[in-house]
Amino acid sequence: LFTSRMEFAELIKTPRVDGVVLHRPFLPTVEGTLCLTGHHLILSSRQDNTEELWLLHANIDAIEKRHVAIGYCDLPKTIFIGSLGTIIVKCKDLRIIQLDIPGMEECLNIANSIEALSTLDSISLMYPFFYRPMFEVIEDGWNLFSPEEAFKELESMTDEWRLSEVNKDFSICPSYPVLVTVPKDIDDDSLCKAATFRHGGRFPVLSYYHKKNGMVIMRASQPLTGTSGRRCKEDEKLINATLRAGKRGYIIDTRTIAVAQQAKARGGGFEQEANYPQWRRIHKAIERTNILQESLIKIVEACNDHSNSMDRWLSKLEASNWQSQVKEILTTACLAAQCIDREGASVLVHGTEGTDSTLQVTSLAQIILEPACRTVRGFQGLVEREWLQAGHPFQHRCAQSAYSNEKLRSEAPVFLLFLDCVWQILRQFPCSFQFNEHFLVMLFEHTYASQFGTFLGTTAAERVKLKLSQKTVSLWSWVNRPQELERFLNPLYEPNSLVIWPSVAPQSLLLWEGVFLRWNRSTKCLDEAYEEMVHIIEYNKELQLKVNSLRRQLAELETEDALPQTP
Amino acid sequence: MLQVERVQLADRSSSRRAQVGTLYLTAFHTIFVDNEVHNELWVLHSLVCNVEKLSITSCGYPLLIRCKNFQVIQLLIPKENDCNDVFVSLLRLSRTERYEELYCFSFMPNVDKAARGQAWDFLNLKAEYNRMGVSNKLWHTTSVNREYRVCDTYPADLYVPKSASLPVIVGSSRFRSKGRFPTLSYYYRETQAVICRSSQPLSGFSARCLEDEQMLEAIMKSNPGSRFMYVVDTRPKLNAMANRATGKGYENEDNYTNIKFQFIGIENIHVMRNSQQKLIEVSDLPSPSMGEFLLGLETSDWLKHIKSILAAGTFIAKAVAEEGVSVLVHCSDGWDRTTQVCSLASVLLDPFYRTLKGLMVSSVCYEYTREIVHKLYQLLNVLIEKDWVSFGHKFSHRYGHVVEEPKEASPVIDQFLECVWQLMEQFPCAFEYNERFLISIYNHVHSCHYGNFICNSEKERKDLGFWRGLYNHFDRGLHPRQSVLDSLMAIKEETQQLEEVLTIYQQKLAGVGREQANDLFVKKHGMKNSQGLWAEPTQIRLANSPQDYNGGNLVSGPKDLLPQQRKTNLDLSLFGDTSESSDPDNSDQESEGADFSCHSCSGGASPPSEDSVKDPDSDDPAFNNA
Repeated sequence: LFTSRMEFAELIKTPRVDGVVLHRPFLPTVEGTLCLTGHHLILSSRQDNTEELWLLHANIDAIEKRHVAIGYCDLPKTIFIGSLGTIIVKCKDLRIIQLDIPGMEECLNIANSIEALSTLDSISLMYPFFYRPMFEVIEDGWNLFSPEEAFKELESMTDEWRLSEVNKDFSICPSYPVLVTVPKDIDDDSLCKAATFRHGGRFPVLSYYHKKNGMVIMRASQPLTGTSGRRCKEDEKLINATLRAGKRGYIIDTRTIAVAQQAKARGGGFEQEANYPQWRRIHKAIERTNILQESLIKIVEACNDHSNSMDRWLSKLEASNWQSQVKEILTTACLAAQCIDREGASVLVHGTEGTDSTLQVTSLAQIILEPACRTVRGFQGLVEREWLQAGHPFQHRCAQSAYSNEKLRSEAPVFLLFLDCVWQILRQFPCSFQFNEHFLVMLFEHTYASQFGTFLGTTAAERVKLKLSQKTVSLWSWVNRPQELERFLNPLYEPNSLVIWPSVAPQSLLLWEGVFLRWNRSTKCLDEAYEEMVHIIEYNKELQLKVNSLRRQLAELETEDALPQTP
Repeated sequence: MLQVERVQLADRSSSRRAQVGTLYLTAFHTIFVDNEVHNELWVLHSLVCNVEKLSITSCGYPLLIRCKNFQVIQLLIPKENDCNDVFVSLLRLSRTERYEELYCFSFMPNVDKAARGQAWDFLNLKAEYNRMGVSNKLWHTTSVNREYRVCDTYPADLYVPKSASLPVIVGSSRFRSKGRFPTLSYYYRETQAVICRSSQPLSGFSARCLEDEQMLEAIMKSNPGSRFMYVVDTRPKLNAMANRATGKGYENEDNYTNIKFQFIGIENIHVMRNSQQKLIEVSDLPSPSMGEFLLGLETSDWLKHIKSILAAGTFIAKAVAEEGVSVLVHCSDGWDRTTQVCSLASVLLDPFYRTLKGLMVSSVCYEYTREIVHKLYQLLNVLIEKDWVSFGHKFSHRYGHVVEEPKEASPVIDQFLECVWQLMEQFPCAFEYNERFLISIYNHVHSCHYGNFICNSEKERKDLGFWRGLYNHFDRGLHPRQSVLDSLMAIKEETQQLEEVLTIYQQKLAGVGREQANDLFVKKHGMKNSQGLWAEPTQIRLANSPQDYNGGNLVSGPKDLLPQQRKTNLDLSLFGDTSESSDPDNSDQESEGADFSCHSCSGGASPPSEDSVKDPDSDDPAFNNA
């Protein structure tokens, strides 16, 4: 800890500057003192009524420096008084703020420090390792969602599955957790062999069990058939073991057939009909990660373009392809759900690595099919199971957001697209979710920059190595406190035990303004409407309570009245 | 009356269900009655836009009926003769040649005479101008247009500046196209600034008219707080310049004292008509990709036009409210664009036209009976009456009520209503009425249901939305499956009942009239189940079943297919040989529009038009476009 403090100190040449002016969207301009710490940029006016700015360096996606010389012109010569530097800070949550800093040198120092501090590569220097909660942790989020618990629930419904420890030292599949659920009849040796036939060792495992008809969603990575059409009996046996006698299943490959064909040249591929006769393959067209990132950059650019032409707006929105990505992902998830619920057929989902589009599809399908996933707790469990445990590399995907000028490595808004799809379903079924839009926006923010350790690291193995559960606080420990949770609850929620089928028509899919236009548009009127709605519902509940208590009182009175008459 | 048996009604949005029933053609409606459940579909002939015979199929003769409210009905008639009869009759019935044949002249709404009289009394413009608080010192009614002597498209009573003498008014009217001289449209009490309207001046390249100049000066001076006024020409500059060649044109700033002249380029009715046509084609695409949809939306230019109208309304409202400067608005004849823009500015300026704050869920919304709706109409009607009907907006021409004149038809009021909808999206709490109300106004404009329509943002936003509620009104699969509005209305209703029950209980506890209270309680609870005339029984079942997510490759729940269709679909099935893949009665039935709990019981897609109320088929939005 001490050495790291030293490291930060070296990076901060000017720890504080007075007279800095801060401009933020929808908030009054603030003048105050700017302080840099190892993890935060703080601006405080030291007045009670103005809000301070506490910005995590990790939230900073890019900065721009501008210099303005201040002087006056007293011809024939210009008299130079001083200089004012401006830093535009572009955040990963898509907010853009501006800092006016007096003094050229201070400005440059601040800019350099921010740049260095916001791009630290070492995970162990991240804020979650330094953050000490100001609240008492009542329910530790790290212990909330264990695979054992989930399996107990599964066991109560069926005995066809078992929990395998085959990956206990992460040697079979580095991106899988220790415990995975597999068909009962498949032994660990077969699993090891199947793992060698799948990209990154991600052999088929259980993702979701549909209680209504016993159908399942499995997920994996692409099979390594290569150009020679290699096959693996254990893999075939493994996935066939998930089918009931006489039943058939669907393999949903999230890539187009062309992309899947090309993958053969690099050793990948797809399941050949001949070797998997009980399975029907369907190809969809969910884009690869780098294309998704481009899409994000373009849509954010379109939303931040303040020129007022309607034509340009619609063209840019279209050209970003963001809405098309949402449509394709949602459609694929609906298809998977349809296979399960309507066709009564089990489904295996995979793309290439099985850590991105695969997870979008399996997790969204569960939201459609499983009412429990639409509660706050259920959704957290889903994120744990299908994203964190399943090895979505959050650390890599969320390293940069839409503004970064750095060369892209493996950044991609895979999880944001998932949240966008959830939001679309929420918009179409506004009464069926226990959480509201704020909950989804909050998750988006915390995947990119957070004081909590939940989204650090790339795999379960790495999280164990980093000792996250001991050294950092879980996001869920904070979210599930009643005082926080209140903000995220949907007042219209009424548990809906049905499968919900969203519309995927372009007319039905909207731009997620809560994320993309959040900093461009005041939400005052919409917030008022929301408040009004909350008020109406609360008043209704209050009346219900009153009526019920009076009814009880009356009933008591009546029985008292009746007593003397009964012999 | 024409009656045809064994007609099939196809649901365009899903392949799985075709109802068989009887088709009736009455003097005013096409009625389809389902044989099995006896659901009824009613369509007013005056709503029919066109009728098309499609190519013959093995099961009969298909007929496609497109309505002005974007409903599309596809019928399959077994016999060719019958099909022809229906076709010819519909063509004849949907083209009314005389006003007397229009439905509104024979429609007897369930409103008593007094209420109807009241509706017409609302035409009393004087009362409306009094409500605005027009200053009697500065403005007065003029009798110049009694018996429509000066301008036959203006009302008889008009407000003009008190300082404008009769010769000035008459002189000015001679210098204005169709005699439509500048007259008061809206008076803004707080600043005393006004919105006036007129037609274009007959200025040509150099003509001027002293009386017209005096008229504008009189208007400017009637606003003591300002030293100048705006003259807003809502046309694109090029159009206005072209008009000069025909002896019309726009005001020359040099000839008028203290005017600021401004063009706001709203396109003419022909451009608008074509734009809407393109928009309708986009909303009609069978299963568009995101790109097709967005590009189609863009090429239609519709939102650009909506934005220009909003921008004009905003400009005027700002001038009047913030700068305190009066505005004269005109376009060519001053009855389309001018009308839109004046109305919109009024909606922006005056909460009366939005009526009651916190209105998203006002008490009127849930008592959605015809009487209440009628009263609601009166509210917006005041505005529509004031700006549209009395100032000669050509309703019959624009909306094709009597004998088609395609070149004259244009979506002027559609655009106005859409502008109001766009504002509603931005300011959900500012309006007493909701989207459904706008759509029912729309339907009434296009169906001549009520007599009124017959006879002749505050800030710049780029991301105006597509009005799915109107253009895809009948494609229920596209709408949210649960509606926040419906839930809130149900909660509000329940709250009201709870309040009543609470009072009863409190009275009971106080020992007052126990029996009476009990009766009342039962009565109130009985009411909960009764539905107003405007509530649709179909809403109770929630639209919820899967769409075609895989281009028709999956056969999902072809439960109610006719035998022939079922066969073809099975061939497309992935595992045609196994029986379980399309099991017709698996346990999913519960999710087929099963009742969500009480608050959300009414589905979001709710056609407000009376004519479609009886449509039974709301539980199946699946639209397999295969």
